[in-house]
This record gives sequence, C-alpha cells and structure tokens, in this order.
Amino acid sequence: MAETREPDSGPEVERYELFARPGYRFDVGRRDFCKILGGGIVVTVALDPALALQESGGARRGSGDAMPRELGAWLHVAADGAVTIYTGKAEMGQNIRTSLAQVVAEELRVPLSAITMIMADTAQTPFDMGTFGSRTTPYMAPQLRRAAAAARELLIGLAAEKWGVDRASVEAAEGRVSHPPTRRLLGFGELTRGQKLVKTIGESEPTIPPVRWTIAGQSVAKVNGRQIVTGKHKYTSDLTRPGMLHGKVLRPPSFGAALLSMDAQEAEAIPGATVVHDGDFVGVAAPSEPTASRALDAIHAEWKAGVQPSGGAIFEYLKKNPMEGQAFDARSRHVVGSVEEGLADAGTKLEATYTVAYIAHVPLEPRAAVAEWGEGGLTVWTGTQRPFGVQAELAEAFRLALDKVRVIVPDTGSGYGGKHTGEAAIEAARLAKAAGRPVKLVWTREEEFTWAYFRPAGVVDVRSGARADGTLLAWEFHNYNSGPSAMDTPYEVPHQKIEFHPARSPLRQGSYRALAATANHFARETHMDELAHALGLDALEFRLRNLKEPRLRAVLLAAAERFGWGKGRAVAGRGFGLACGVEKGGYIAACAEVSVPSPRGQARIERVVAAFECGAILNPDNLKNQVEGALIMGIGGALFEAVEFEAGEVLNARLSRYRVPRFSDVPLVETVLLDRKDLPSAGAGETPIVGLAPAVGNALFSATGVRLRSLPLAPRGSPG
Amino acid sequence: MDTIKELLVNGTRHSIDVGPERSLLGVLRDELELTGTKYGCGEGQCGACTVLVDGQAARSCLVKVGSAVGKAITTIEGLEKDGQLHPLQAAFLEAGAMQCGYCTAGMIMAGVALLGKNPEPGERDVARALEGNLCRCGTYPRIVTAVCAAARSRARSTHG
Repeated sequence: MAETREPDSGPEVERYELFARPGYRFDVGRRDFCKILGGGIVVTVALDPALALQESGGARRGSGDAMPRELGAWLHVAADGAVTIYTGKAEMGQNIRTSLAQVVAEELRVPLSAITMIMADTAQTPFDMGTFGSRTTPYMAPQLRRAAAAARELLIGLAAEKWGVDRASVEAAEGRVSHPPTRRLLGFGELTRGQKLVKTIGESEPTIPPVRWTIAGQSVAKVNGRQIVTGKHKYTSDLTRPGMLHGKVLRPPSFGAALLSMDAQEAEAIPGATVVHDGDFVGVAAPSEPTASRALDAIHAEWKAGVQPSGGAIFEYLKKNPMEGQAFDARSRHVVGSVEEGLADAGTKLEATYTVAYIAHVPLEPRAAVAEWGEGGLTVWTGTQRPFGVQAELAEAFRLALDKVRVIVPDTGSGYGGKHTGEAAIEAARLAKAAGRPVKLVWTREEEFTWAYFRPAGVVDVRSGARADGTLLAWEFHNYNSGPSAMDTPYEVPHQKIEFHPARSPLRQGSYRALAATANHFARETHMDELAHALGLDALEFRLRNLKEPRLRAVLLAAAERFGWGKGRAVAGRGFGLACGVEKGGYIAACAEVSVPSPRGQARIERVVAAFECGAILNPDNLKNQVEGALIMGIGGALFEAVEFEAGEVLNARLSRYRVPRFSDVPLVETVLLDRKDLPSAGAGETPIVGLAPAVGNALFSATGVRLRSLPLAPRGSPG
Repeated sequence: MDTIKELLVNGTRHSIDVGPERSLLGVLRDELELTGTKYGCGEGQCGACTVLVDGQAARSCLVKVGSAVGKAITTIEGLEKDGQLHPLQAAFLEAGAMQCGYCTAGMIMAGVALLGKNPEPGERDVARALEGNLCRCGTYPRIVTAVCAAARSRARSTHG
C-alpha cells in the first residue's frame, strides 16, 4: 500500500500549510473517471481485493489521500494512438511535464511526442494533495510508471488474444504491438480503437529498471519549450474569457487593520465598474485594468490600524511567543542520551545562536486568477501548487459542493512553495459572482510582496561538545518558529536533544522551497564549522570523522574533490567554506569560494561547487538546471534577502527595494550529479538550496575571521 | 487629450483607441492580445515586459503608449518568421535556458537588442546587458550560454 499512496503529509507539511480559511474538506467518491472519459468498453478486469479494503477507508483523511488504482484514471490511448496522461501535479518550472512524460514513454513504449499531459485540473485529473515537498518524483513518477507498465502489459495481452499467440512472443515498441514470428503489427490505437483501458494497477507492475531506461534518464528538452520561447504559452495572467472584466482588490494600509468606514459612491458612478463590499472584502471589477484601477482609487476608506510588532524585535518576539496548544510530536522533538552527560565529557564546548529573516518567494508571475460562473458552477484558472486545496477553499467560501467548483492550473510562472493558497482565486470568484461576468485578477508586485506569505523567520540555539580528537559528544538544538524540516543531525552524536518550538508569527508565513531545512542547515553547518575551528581541525575532516551515512559522505567527498578542497589557501579577503546535508531523500554538499576586498567591502561569491545525489536520475540536464537554480536562488537568502517590516507594514515591498539575485551575483557554478540507478528517485527541486548559505557563511569566516550567524549574511552587501 | 489610434507592432499597423498615458504593456496585452510580454513588477526592475522600440530594449510597463506612436515595436511574437525561430529563441531551447519560462520573453528581447548592438558579445557583456532582467528560477548561466551561442550561430550563417 505504501507505494500507491503519498505518505501522510506529516507535521512538517501541515504546519506549513496555511489554514487562513476554514479547513479542508476531502471528498472521497467524487472522482469518477468513467463519466469523464465517456462510456468505455471493458477490455479486461482484474479485481484487486486490496482495492475494496482501501476504498473502505483507513487512511488518515479517508481514501481521498489514496491514488486511484483504476488505470483509466491515469492513462488513455486514443484511436489514433495518442496517449493522454492525467495527473494532479502542477508544472511551475520544475519541468515535471517533461520528466513525467519521459517515464510514461519509457514504460508504455511510445515516442515522447505521442504523449499529452493533462495536469492539475480538478475536473480531469485524480485527486492530488499538492505539488510540494519534492513529492512528484518519488511518488507520482512511480505511480505513472506502474500505470504505463500496466497498460503496456494489457495491450500485449490483448494482442496475444487477438492473434491467438503466446503473449511472451508479443512485443511492444514505438507505440505498436508486434508478433515478430508472424510479422504482425498493430498500433496501440488500432488495437484498442480508443476504448477505455479498464484494469486495476497492481503493486508490482513490471516496470523497467533504471539501468535499462532509454527515454527516462535522458536529457530530454522541455516538451513545451517552443511555446515558451515564442511567447505562446498562456499563463493564468494571459487568459481571456468572453466578456471578461478586470478586477482589483482594496488592501488595508497595514496588517491587521480594520475597515471603519467606506464610501464607494464615486467608484460606482464610473461606467462599467462594479464595486463589491462583502465583510472584509472590498474590490472592483471593470471592463479594463485602468478603469478598475481608477474605480479602486475612487473608493474612500477609513482604517483603524492594529498593533503589530516590528522587524527589529522579531527574534526576541518569536522566543517569547510560543504557539499555545501545539502538541509536540515525534518530529518536533528528538532526544537521545543526556546532553549534560555528553558535555561533561567534552573538552571543547560551544554555544551559539543563529537567526534567519523572513524572506519572500518573489515568483516572477504574481498570483493571478480568472474566474467564471456558469450553469455547472464555478471555474477558476489560477497558478497554484494545490489545485484541489484551492477547489476546497472556493467551495467553502461560496458554500458550493466540490463538484461545482473546477480549478485549472495553467503551467505557472513559478511558485517555490509560495503558491499553496487560493487568495486570488477567491477574490476573482467573488468579483465575478457580483459582476455576472468572468473576472481576471492579477496581483501587483506590491500585493504579492505584502499579502501572500513569507518564509518563516526563526531563531536556532545550539549547544555542543566534542572530544579533543574531534568526536562529537553532545548536540542540543532548538529551533524557534522556522520549522522542523531537516532538524535532526546526520552526524553521529551519542547525546542529542533537538526540539522545534512553534511560535506565533506576526507575519503570515508558510512554505518556501526546502522549508526550514535552509535555516536548520545554516545553524548546524555553521556550528559544525565553528566546532572544527575551535578544535583546530579541517572542516571536511571534522565532518567525515562524525559521519557514517554513506550517501552523504559520497556527495561531500565528490564536492570537495571537484572543488579542490584543501588545495587553495585562504588569504585575507578570500576564503573557502563547505556544508552538507540531507533532506527529502536528496543528499547535497556545497563548497564555496568568496571574496571580500576589504573589511567593509562587497562580499562576492566567486565559485560554488555542489554535489547532489537523489537516486536514479530522471533527466540529467533538468536535474542540473534545478540544482543550479536552487544554488542561485539560495544566494539571495544567504546574502541579502530580508523582508523589512514595521508596525504591520512591509517597507520593501517592491523589486527596487527588495534585492533578489541578478546576473552580476552569479558565481561560477559547477554541479556534480551522482546517478544511483540502484536507488529510487527522489525529488530535487528543493534540497540543493540548503547547502549554499552555510557554505558561503563559512567561506566568509575563512576570508575575514568574522563569524556571521544571521541570514542574510551581508544585507548591505558587506559582511562587516 | 486625443486618443491613440494606431500602433506599429511586429510589422503590422494595429488600430487601437486608447489614452496616450496608458502603458505600452497594457495595450500590447489587453488591446492587441499579445500576451507573450509579461507583467512582473510595474517599475522597470524585472525586465519581464521587455520589448524592442525601434530596435532598442524598452521596459513596456514604463513606456507610455503615446510615446511609442510611429515607432516600430517588436514583441516576442514578432521574432519567429515563417515558422523559423529567431536564432536566440532556438539557442534558448538548445541551452535549456528556462524553468518556469515567465522571464523568457523579456530575456530573449533584451538579448536580441544586445545582439543588434554587439553581434559578438562575451559572457560579461551579456551579463551586463541583461542585468535588469530577473530570472527567479536562477537560469542565468544558461541564458548567458544561449545568447553567446546565438551570436556564434549568427556569425557562422553570416560569414559562412
């Protein structure tokens, strides 16, 4: 069972999901694919008794968490041989539209060009919790492999039956079945004539092992790349509907501000403008964007500001404001031995506090939605990582049955964990309902910076002890607010106490690429560097002495070798640092070289070498692209990104004030990918980001002798 | 003030009727349905809205449409000729120089403007010329590779 269902989201994901609106509602029986694909003819049925058990419940949220096991839910072969794949995952730049098509082409033995991927459409695709947590590769790819393998075996069986030959003598290749002894050949579509393939996908479908892959495992180019470079791909913000209006939403001047009074007479007098005031929500819809803006500006509103903490006091605030009633669970606390005992035996002891700032995702496509009400209910196109979650939010907001709400996610202008919620979808739908016409709402950059959510700020206190020979004895680690991801140490330590302390965040916070793994790796790997320095040991040697995990050792050694660790000598103004870690099944090690021309000069990352291993690689060039991208995105959070806020206002909610990495920030980036075809594939969109910040911080220490314990490390460019 | 009645985009005269203060970006996207040009920040900081105005890269979110009258505007939709991609479009595909693709049109237009001025740019020239264009996915090294490769392929086809 474990393989057919994504694991429960676990405390980490749930804590990061934003329950800003009333909770989720998972409806069990709403996915009836027979209805969607039309009356298929039963080709063959293999009833699996496990299916009945599964359908009767038992999963934590009912069988809504389980992936359907009917082949037709996932895969359809048309009469002309065209293959359609249905998956609830969303494409946001991770390139899964391509990598998932590759594994299907591999198993089904069809050319890649025969495959169309229908993704993230609640009316067409199987239920999916969401595209987050690096789950697509470890869970959806195997599911589609099994589905395609089941289809392939079904087609072979059908051909054998039709020709009256032994199925072992029938082959499938290039979208055709053949019987070489009699030279008979039929296209898949000719064989099924487009009828629905009815079969239950088994646990042990004969999937092709990665060592024999010829389409999967290759550097296939992005399947819709031509649409992108010609500007033809339609993102949500590019869509239009007949009679569509443009929407704008009135925002409070600060977080927590309450609307005291409002005068919309002037706005309502603007021809074509519809003003909506419903509870806390105030918005307008108008035939053009400028008219909608004009109408919004014409609304006179009075607000009462709430009491909000400011950025300067944030770390103290987080430690003093624990989340009440949040039960600690196994993932939030990890105790082995006695830290006090370990410290008593330690010759070298250290204590330090590390902090990370709130940062913004800054997806280049801001939140956007097009909403349309019709006889069948509500349809919303929106760029979200959780189409089914947003469907539930909409159903809740408008008191509709789930099957009256359809959410469609066009391939989206990135998310990075920042698009889990359906704010724009709900707003557009509210406006469309009032106006009686479809409405498009595209958030401005300022709105995206202010009214979305942030990567949590956090404080990490670390206490440690080691013997003079560099053996770790004690490790105490407390994370306040930023999260428990990758909080456990991969190093061998006999005495450990590791705890996560949820706090009441003054800013709206949520998922971000790799979640708190960045904060926890920054604290741990910086502290490891401090220990190595205190012990007079080389940073690599010290880590290896305390590390048994072979996959982590392998990436650490690979990165160090490519980088030439220990060969260059740090001089004033130029230094080297390294860091490593494991998260979500991916193993990362990063080495960085930095330059700081003078104590108060501009810090610059000159070179980064990263080694990454995530099992069998689905698409090497795409993996390289993801690793490079994560490292480069990581530069921002490492060196200069921080949300500045005061009294409930974000002070730098514009790209001219919030610095993100640009061409000139990019170092020489080298990646080493270890392809472990003997191991299951893990996701790669997130984990490569976690090593960059500590490697850079450690390199800055080596260059300047100044230990930096706060992210961003050089907010004004200089570490001094 | 008189409205703007005509705009020359991608070699075609388009009839429009908009106020001169309207942003070129809004007119391209909402009036002419040329949605390949993207909104990213509205303050000329991200480059997603980059188009060519008389061959020069311009941030269409900051250009008032009144100032673009009579000038030759080129958008991403205007680069492909008779089904043939512009060499830089082809180079972006070849280099896999995209992830989410939202910045791609602006990057390509900024790159085309650079190649118009400097047919054989080095990597530093490319990085400097495209500094105002953001790729949040971090594909910068691949974009540099693509622009340099397009320059080489054009040089080959010109000299070869």
